[in-house]
Amino acid sequence: MATREEIADALSSMTLFSDLTTPQLLGAAGRFEEAFFPAGERVLRQGLSGSAFHVILDGEASIVVDGTQRATLARGEFFGEVSILLGESPSADVVATRPLRTIVLAGPAVESFLVEHPKVMFRMLQAQARRLRNANRWRD
Amino acid sequence: MAGLSPADDRPFPPGEYPVVIVGSGPGAIQLSYALRSAGVQHAIIGADAAPGGMFLKWPFFQRLLSWTKPYAPADHETRAYERFDWNSLIADEPNARAIMPTFMDGTSYFPSRPEMEQNLQAFVERTGLQIRFGCRWTSTRQVDGPNGPEFILETTDGEYRTPTAVFAVGIAEPYSPPTPGGELAAHYAATRSPETYADRRVFIIGKSVSAFELATGLLQWARGITLASPSPTKLSVNTRSLVGVRARYVQPFEDHVLGGGVTVLDAQILGIERDGDRGFVVTTRSGAEGEPMRHRADDVISATGFVSPLQDLPALGVATFGPSKLPAQTPYWESATVPGVFFAGTITQASGGLKKHGLPANSGAVHGARYNARVLARYIAETRAGLTFERPSLAPGELLEFVLRQLNEAPELWHQKAYLARVLSVTAEDGIRDAGILPLANVVDAGGPDAIVITLEADGTGAIYPVIYIRSGGKIEEHQLDPEPMMDFRGPVHRRQLAEIVGRLVPDATAG
Repeated sequence: MATREEIADALSSMTLFSDLTTPQLLGAAGRFEEAFFPAGERVLRQGLSGSAFHVILDGEASIVVDGTQRATLARGEFFGEVSILLGESPSADVVATRPLRTIVLAGPAVESFLVEHPKVMFRMLQAQARRLRNANRWRD
Repeated sequence: MAGLSPADDRPFPPGEYPVVIVGSGPGAIQLSYALRSAGVQHAIIGADAAPGGMFLKWPFFQRLLSWTKPYAPADHETRAYERFDWNSLIADEPNARAIMPTFMDGTSYFPSRPEMEQNLQAFVERTGLQIRFGCRWTSTRQVDGPNGPEFILETTDGEYRTPTAVFAVGIAEPYSPPTPGGELAAHYAATRSPETYADRRVFIIGKSVSAFELATGLLQWARGITLASPSPTKLSVNTRSLVGVRARYVQPFEDHVLGGGVTVLDAQILGIERDGDRGFVVTTRSGAEGEPMRHRADDVISATGFVSPLQDLPALGVATFGPSKLPAQTPYWESATVPGVFFAGTITQASGGLKKHGLPANSGAVHGARYNARVLARYIAETRAGLTFERPSLAPGELLEFVLRQLNEAPELWHQKAYLARVLSVTAEDGIRDAGILPLANVVDAGGPDAIVITLEADGTGAIYPVIYIRSGGKIEEHQLDPEPMMDFRGPVHRRQLAEIVGRLVPDATAG
């Protein structure tokens, strides 16, 4: 993975970005940076400030709270948005369990990106609603 | 080792070495110096005929983007001066320290390219570093050695065999993204001398630093200049960091907003065609629903960046990422996928560290990479050469002043914010020990004994502030101190805050 066009192509197949036109996808691809994490490396760190929003391009990551694995994330899934939206440090570690490629948007850039791309914001809200529903089912 | 021809008195002939550095730019030179200081035998080979790397040729307009202040709040011979001198390499010998200002002619605090070349050459001469010039690395293969994998580096002079190969080859291979008709554009690297653009319409693809550098240099020559790329221009004065177009190249942007003949477009490049024998037509589209626009130009220049010339390393298994195809690295700049392959110089920017608030370290420039090199040399010495280094002890009563001195003067912390940290281990057996400067990402992720971890950080608002991490019982706590308008952290407020924080591990640290 390297070029803006290749990243835009990858984004087009993800639910989060599925409503964007090709020029919008190219624009979005230019706003994100690509990152690579070897297996075992921490991507987000519980309790440390200044984190970022990631969308998984390839690979797998675990959400770990106080050393306990809670969930697994794969291609097309995203993480880091909750702490950025709330202005808090992440409440969990996110650790690459296999070599992981993500696209990254720095925390301070997330609000303007979402405001400029309301369809992405709507898809993110849908995903959050599903997570909340599933969490409530689990509690029942 | 292989034999030498009688006429060839260059150092480091082909053969076996514990470490081989490929490159002869500032990153390679700094690492070689630091390895020698650490007592690690190594060879250093470079394709060029002289030290300097990219500075033998670039920047195109022959003036650096990184400053050195001949007159600064700290004396030249001190470590504190390094904060104000971004271009000298770092050394222990007094005559090899702060060399850059001694070559500057006073016309600018950005050294010229020839001044930078002189600076690097003088460093090599004064430190007596040996480099094998005119030796081009051509290919690589991995073989089994007696103690693990080893690498065979094929060069124009013969084979080098080593278990530890360090590539400091810069990010200087021109890159242009695939665009219909893209072959009609000249790359930044092929830009002609400025006067040949007199009275011509110039279309520059890209809006990053190199695009604005070209536009700045052509303002007094070109009839009109258009810069275009899909993403909006970021300016460093807005990001409060080195991210974005640097302040000294902002003039074309001002010209644009004042309607002076420069046009800055947020637009996708759809294609480039010939316009009969009168130049070119570049077709762009702005926004999702925008109509295509056609721009006539006499010259089209692609300022779309550079990639790292890694040659066959990806085929060896070195994972790369991003538009510059940089090698994925550990916090100690080792390939994340091929152990034994390390990187130095500007390539170390691919080891991003915590990148807090989206702000990168300065590893892509000399003033950041020079400290990475020193940390890497010690890491190689300890982990690959089996050497150990003294970790000086500190009395509890000295702790607070030590921390304050680091925050005010340590150039590693000022230049590599939230990336390199001064680490003090605290154990019942050993007391307080200075473990040196280490990568922050490794410190917070790898665990270890209780420790006080000292950093400076920034958040993109313009504030620079100390952050102290306390590692206690394997857990890390982050403590952010207040910024200070004059960036002097020795006042009573910071003393009180620091005493409280370090007191968690060292209760008898006094407020001094």
